[in-house]
Amino acid sequence: MPHTLVLGVGNLLMSDDGVGVHAVQRLEKRALPPGVEVLDGGTCGLDLLQFFESVERLIVLDAANVGRAPGEIVRLTGDDVPAFLAMKVSPHEINLPELLFSAKLSGIYPREVVVLGVQPETIETGVELSAPVAAQVDALIERVMAEIGT
Amino acid sequence: MRAVEDALGIKIPTNARLIRNIIETIQYIQDHVVHFYALHALDWVDITSALEADPKATSALAQSISDWPKSSADYFAGVQAKLKAFVETGQLGPFANAYWGHPAYKLPPEANLMAAAHYLEALTWQREVIRAHAILGAKNPHLQTYLVGGMSIPVDPNSQAAINADKIAQLLSLFAQAKEFVEKVYLPDVLAVAPFYLEYAGLGEGLGNFMSYGDLPLKDDFDANSPTDLFLPRGVILNRDLSKVLPLDPAKITEYVTHSWFKYDDEKAGLHPSQGTTVPNYTGPKPPYEFLEVEDKYSWLKAPRYGDQAMEVGPLARMLIAYVSGHERVKYWVDAVLTALNQPATVLFSTLGRTAARCVETLVLAEQLAPWTNELAANIAAGDLRIHENVHWDPSTWPAEAMGWGWTEAPRGALGHWIHIKDGKILNYQAIVPSTWNGSPRDAKGVAGAYEAALVGMEVADPNQPLEILRTIHSFDPCMACAVHVLDPNGKEITRVIVKE
Repeated sequence: MPHTLVLGVGNLLMSDDGVGVHAVQRLEKRALPPGVEVLDGGTCGLDLLQFFESVERLIVLDAANVGRAPGEIVRLTGDDVPAFLAMKVSPHEINLPELLFSAKLSGIYPREVVVLGVQPETIETGVELSAPVAAQVDALIERVMAEIGT
Repeated sequence: MRAVEDALGIKIPTNARLIRNIIETIQYIQDHVVHFYALHALDWVDITSALEADPKATSALAQSISDWPKSSADYFAGVQAKLKAFVETGQLGPFANAYWGHPAYKLPPEANLMAAAHYLEALTWQREVIRAHAILGAKNPHLQTYLVGGMSIPVDPNSQAAINADKIAQLLSLFAQAKEFVEKVYLPDVLAVAPFYLEYAGLGEGLGNFMSYGDLPLKDDFDANSPTDLFLPRGVILNRDLSKVLPLDPAKITEYVTHSWFKYDDEKAGLHPSQGTTVPNYTGPKPPYEFLEVEDKYSWLKAPRYGDQAMEVGPLARMLIAYVSGHERVKYWVDAVLTALNQPATVLFSTLGRTAARCVETLVLAEQLAPWTNELAANIAAGDLRIHENVHWDPSTWPAEAMGWGWTEAPRGALGHWIHIKDGKILNYQAIVPSTWNGSPRDAKGVAGAYEAALVGMEVADPNQPLEILRTIHSFDPCMACAVHVLDPNGKEITRVIVKE
């Protein structure tokens, strides 16, 4: 089993933005094959780079605004995974594309990167997921289990 | 945590005080360096221009400002090749999102290449330095070692899982790396970039009122009002008066909601946070909207005031208060930076002053990591293994009612939490975070907060690319969108800044 990191990112206080974190919190309770690590990355931004070293396969769970129906899951791989640097107001805005861009620049971009993104319905302040997104968390976890071959 | 400790009268043990100071200091250093390289440097450094640089001339430039070893022509040629490769594969699509090529970028290509190389080095450096948090904090990235009364990490010279001689040695090695990078890369870069942008030493001045709660206690039984008991001293400076630091009276802190989407019984009056309420009352237009009426309520931030005056908080406030309080190392580094740039102390009231103050603070704090770690080691070696005060752990020991104020200086400035405990439960809890002070909307009298005051009268060359505004707002290190991280695969615009006359 290649060294795999399942990383959930997002803000639990901004409703559907936290879907990736909700999912990894549940994944942490599942039995996973050796070599698979699960990490709640929250809103840590560049602090997460330290966890990329020696990771061969990275599976990221995040909210993704892709113009689909709320709760729909999209899978991005290869060049479709966004990795770029954007002008931003605050370093707390360091987001997934910038984190991945920084990993590329640092030469620690994992060999395989898969993003499982969930279309949010709302990213307003709130600790609960919207109904359509909450209904997809189990499906998201099963997609991760399929990715890691269990 | 400190709010509860204050309410219950808990004094934490020496080891806990030292470990908290060390964790907080490493947090400051990492945060400031990442802010500079990953956010603020891009306001001044044009990465695309770095591709035009001559690596030999870049090497000569780097060696003229620092003896940092990564400075050969081959090294810079390698960095340049790496950047070029990114451009050629189209992965710099990212850079299209920034304002590259804007006429307000003034560095020569070689300075841009040097800064770009240091940006890459900072990415690797911060990954190393933050390991200290894993050593002291039990778990990364969300530290789990803090608890009311002290820390949870065990101190035991004979246990591998505890803080022991091995871990102290690892910490000292990391801290030596941290200090070297700050002194040989971060400071020289600030001093190399600043002369090209000296107009920003006269821009973005802001309020001229500064406040620090102070932090990093140097004694277990400290007096927070003594400038020698807190490494970062407490106090207030009003109206740019650098002749004295006024004592801070926490009773003078209030918050207004006149222009905030919250409801008070009396919307013209301020409330002390111990009596504060948080009742949301959104009265704005349904999003998405083009603009907000600033005569009405227009912000989710309350307007905190000290003695009814708006205050700036953050590294500039802390360094000015320390400087005027006679802090030896702050004075040394502030004077060194001013001398190197050939500028008087009054330039500190500016966009560039904030950027310089953040660097000075990083230098001063980086010097403390090793001595404080050695102090911790010596205290443990002397047989003191206490890490937690557990006399007040059981709620049955608490008074029926208690109120507390937890204060600290976060990297971005004064952070306060107010708690009211009744019958073992939280009756009221209020927090004022640093960006609420700096980003405050207007108060009942219409007085603006620090960001707004700093932008008054600023000329913007191209309203579609308001780089001048970003430079000034970034100099405060805002925590604005703290934080929405929805992934947009196309890098689409999410926030737009519209400048109104």
